[in-house]
Amino acid sequence: MTKRALSSIVLALGLVAGGGAALASEGGAELPAANTNVKDTASLQRGARLFFNYCVGCHSLRYQRYSRTAEDLGLSEQEVMQNLNFTGAKFGDPVVASMPGKDAQAWFGKAPPDLSLEVRAKGADWVYNYLRSFYLDPSRPVGWNNTVFPNASMPNPLWELQGVQHAVYAPAGAGAEAAIEKLELAQPGRLAPAQFDQAARDLTAFLQYVAEPAALQRHRIGVWVLLYLAAFTFIAWLLKREYWKDVH
Amino acid sequence: MATAHVTVKPRNRVLAWIEERLPILSFTASHTSEYYAPKNFNVMYYFGSLAMLVLVNQIVTGIFLTMSYKPDAALAFASVEYIMRDVEWGWLIRYMHSTGASLFFVVIYLHMFRGLIYGSYKKPRELVWLLGMFIFLALMAEAFMGYVLPWGNMSFWGAKVIISLFGAVPVVGDTLVQWIMGDYNPADATLNRFFALHVIALPLVLLLLVVLHLAALHEVGSNNPDGVEIKEKKGPNGRPLDGIPFHPYYTVKDLFGVGMFLLIAAFIIFFEPTVGGWFLEHDNFIPADNLVTPTHIKPVWYFTPFYAILRVIPSKLGGVIAMFSAIVLLFLVPWLDRGKVKSIRYRGLGYKLAIAMFALVFVLLGAIGAGKTGEWIPELFGAAADVTLIENAFGRTLTLLYFGFFLFLWAYTHFGLEKTKPVPERVTTHD
Repeated sequence: MTKRALSSIVLALGLVAGGGAALASEGGAELPAANTNVKDTASLQRGARLFFNYCVGCHSLRYQRYSRTAEDLGLSEQEVMQNLNFTGAKFGDPVVASMPGKDAQAWFGKAPPDLSLEVRAKGADWVYNYLRSFYLDPSRPVGWNNTVFPNASMPNPLWELQGVQHAVYAPAGAGAEAAIEKLELAQPGRLAPAQFDQAARDLTAFLQYVAEPAALQRHRIGVWVLLYLAAFTFIAWLLKREYWKDVH
Repeated sequence: MATAHVTVKPRNRVLAWIEERLPILSFTASHTSEYYAPKNFNVMYYFGSLAMLVLVNQIVTGIFLTMSYKPDAALAFASVEYIMRDVEWGWLIRYMHSTGASLFFVVIYLHMFRGLIYGSYKKPRELVWLLGMFIFLALMAEAFMGYVLPWGNMSFWGAKVIISLFGAVPVVGDTLVQWIMGDYNPADATLNRFFALHVIALPLVLLLLVVLHLAALHEVGSNNPDGVEIKEKKGPNGRPLDGIPFHPYYTVKDLFGVGMFLLIAAFIIFFEPTVGGWFLEHDNFIPADNLVTPTHIKPVWYFTPFYAILRVIPSKLGGVIAMFSAIVLLFLVPWLDRGKVKSIRYRGLGYKLAIAMFALVFVLLGAIGAGKTGEWIPELFGAAADVTLIENAFGRTLTLLYFGFFLFLWAYTHFGLEKTKPVPERVTTHD
């Protein structure tokens, strides 16, 4: 993972030993990589369409404006207002869920969280795998459970795309509860498994973009900043060498 | 080299008129072109000027951040996101500030380590070291309060844990904690007062201490990697034979150092501003919530060595005392080390091994404080290993070694156990 390698390099520069990204290890087992790419505008657009069709009913993006989304995803005002905005919000407004918070609290026991910064808090890998890990569980109030976030109160919003998964349990050890071995597709959805993984990846990429829209800018500008600084440092080195010629 | 108090007599009549009343050009010359520094500074001598650069960066970016930040528990978190998204170049200013905070400690730790290995704290530079230690202390307070301001969940819980340390004080502990927070929990009052301390009180203290640190340094002159006093060997013109004017020689050299440093800083700011959770922690992208405790409450990396000492000691009061002693002992180094030889180049093997071990111990304590051992122990000893037990044993050993360094340093030099090499009369190397 480049992210991991990059942070290790930085840490090796003399900060602290034992580098490496902390996030991946925080949840215990390593999750399969999301492999998202926020520079892939088509992927972000597909992710946005999924978000505004399946998620925005319950989840807000209260720090993200429709107008900013249009600008960064290469969409026109008209496209965004017709295809993505179903709440009657103004173009410059932030994305607010249609479901009132009070009702949400009553229906789910917990108001669905705002997702503006979800990827920054949990990581893209976590979000991607969470979206793929729902399974039917009659013991839960809404009938769904999730292996990445056990006992989440959220039903699977993408079930008609993914299909319905069942948990396959490993034989229980003596005195221990049976652990889930894997999830199995019991009823196929509208998308083939590979297609669904791509959909989950697109949706994660969109949320990753929303978590930090500046990432698009900073990568673009950063290359030029580094080139300028490299030239500056080189000239400073020549200047130093010139002055220090007469130090004996 | 002691500051040479030169008098500049400008030809320009306006400048001369000013100079007679306020000798600003004389002052500048005395501290730059007439300040003689040893010519053998190596790479470790970049970090003083870099610390100044980062301080300026923190102040300038900090001023711009205060223009959009709201020191209000209900608004603070959203105002930071407003800076990141809606303020023109706000993301850049914020990343420059957050990266600057961590790099400040990188630079300061290396600067302190330089002082240790070349004996820059020894006579006549004890006050330079002491003032530097006060800067370090003020910087830690400044960084802690700054970390609370975004009002993320780690800001909240970090503040709660650190402030509650004062609760270990006998008798008045609880009252003290409430007095610091202005509430029963970190809350609006806490955030508001930390903002005041972070943006005005502590920066003023820091600036004053930096002026004193430099004034004390220029009075006695800079040390160098050979630990040779250059003012003891002067040429016929009264200038030290091994000294060169700070300006232009070290201004151009430091300019190159600045270039290298900015390359690293810019790489972080533009390509990896969170440094995988080390500079900006993941849990701090969740708003402060007094009902949801983060899985691992831990400070940012630069506090983790001290935090580890606190954590592995079973008694709360004992842990707090040990943690503060770990810092206080650094103040006392000029008086614990009785050795006459300054530089590691000419010191005994015992010193070399001890300082290497001390550096390693500091880093390993940092790893414990950052929760890294919680991941390493199951990998090393198997999943069934008792993490807490091993971590505590390991951490307590490291804590003993940390304090043992100071005891060793004193005994080694006090009882004349150190076998030093002869120190040369003149500096041995230069660029």
